Amino acid sequence: MTNSDYFFGYRRKNGRVGVRNHVVILPVDDISNAAAEAVANNIKGTLALPHAYGRLQFGADLDLHFRTIIGTGANPNVAACVVIGIEPGWTQKVVDGIAKTGKPVSGFSIEQNGDIATVAAASRQAKEYVHWATELPREKCEIADLWISTKCGESDTTSGCGANPAVGNMYDKLIPKGVYGVFGETSELTGAEHLCKARAATPEAGEKFLKTFQAYQDEVIEAHKTSDLSDSQPTKGNIEGGLSTIEEKALGNLEKIGREVKYIDVLGPAEEPEKGPGMYFMDSSSAAAECVTLMAAAGFSVHTFPTGQGNIIGHPIVPVIKLTANPRTIRTMSEHIDVDVSGILRRELTMSEAGDALIDMVVRTANGRATAAEALGHREFVMTKLYRSA
Amino acid sequence: MSSPHLLVHHKDDNVGVVVVEGLSAGTEMLCVVTEDDSDFRLTATEDVPIGHKVALSDLSTDDTVIKYGADIGRMIAPAVKGAHVHVHNLKTKRW
Repeated sequence: MTNSDYFFGYRRKNGRVGVRNHVVILPVDDISNAAAEAVANNIKGTLALPHAYGRLQFGADLDLHFRTIIGTGANPNVAACVVIGIEPGWTQKVVDGIAKTGKPVSGFSIEQNGDIATVAAASRQAKEYVHWATELPREKCEIADLWISTKCGESDTTSGCGANPAVGNMYDKLIPKGVYGVFGETSELTGAEHLCKARAATPEAGEKFLKTFQAYQDEVIEAHKTSDLSDSQPTKGNIEGGLSTIEEKALGNLEKIGREVKYIDVLGPAEEPEKGPGMYFMDSSSAAAECVTLMAAAGFSVHTFPTGQGNIIGHPIVPVIKLTANPRTIRTMSEHIDVDVSGILRRELTMSEAGDALIDMVVRTANGRATAAEALGHREFVMTKLYRSA
Repeated sequence: MSSPHLLVHHKDDNVGVVVVEGLSAGTEMLCVVTEDDSDFRLTATEDVPIGHKVALSDLSTDDTVIKYGADIGRMIAPAVKGAHVHVHNLKTKRW
């Protein structure tokens, strides 16, 4: 077993520690994707993060867009950032937001320049960042410097028996050591909302959770549903895996926060935690890529992803560690799985041993081991959109 | 302990989860309650895929199904002890 008291990471100017060292080419809007991808093609060792939005958004939806873009650039797994937008105003807003971390960041805008000149200038800057970033050393860091998020996907009943409580066991052991944790998936707590409220550290946090949950029910589900949701929650994959109702899925979902952990605050989507180390709940979609993208934008640096039937998601800048207890998934999709906890179902592996195996993989991943999703090139970067653009 | 065929989360549950592939009707299952590691035997009355649930007692229409010691929905058709419980006979009370 790897020692789980420390790991080797990249300490950033703002005190946060990254487990990856990406030079990111970040488009502000959808129409700047081509330029960002051209820069990433020119300069090896950079990573473009194309996405679908950023034009004519307004209000809370625009705020969330900026929070997601800026938060992603600010994430400690990013060493330096080139920002490209269609016009200079919003481009500079993103640059200024990321610059607060103290990391190198430059903005380029396309209007009055065109793609080709923009790509040339941005490529020269990106090349300088690559030289600089590749000389940064990893340093010994306390385990408390890790921010570990979790979200489950393609869950089945084995998730609730094995993979989810293994994540919970990890949090029960690491939260007392001072790590930050976050779980979310607002819709997937339906049926377990009172149990989730009871896991708040304070009455205020519990009330805030219930208010968030109820707002989601009223404003999203009730306002937009066309059926009883039985085809979406649980999903077809969940049902194939044996989950019959949303309540059954929710109770399994909640296993991810362990037996002891209590959440200290409720975060809006992509909102950075501000109450110090401990567990947080984030109001978020239950769609894997949206949820992981929001958690990464809040500053989380490693993601633990329990799956049943075999969700294959990854993220461009945050390593997504997969674990499953389903022996069929291990047999048919092993290339996607980092930690096999199917021994729990055979009673060959205790929950504590499974939690330790996951902690070991978290530390190895933080030290630099590529996850299955990284090796397979999964880079899902998906914005949460609150409503139609203007 | 030999490997169980069925895991039950909580002693109050009236369903358990099949944790082996290819479980066939007539199998005398080894069932383990993970809460306290107690075990019992139960015969499956039909083929049940891995991950799917089995009734631990005779369940009638409108009975509440209990898993993790909590309400996960109601029966919309009966199931005998050892039978498959899923979307064909279990539905959320919510939607």
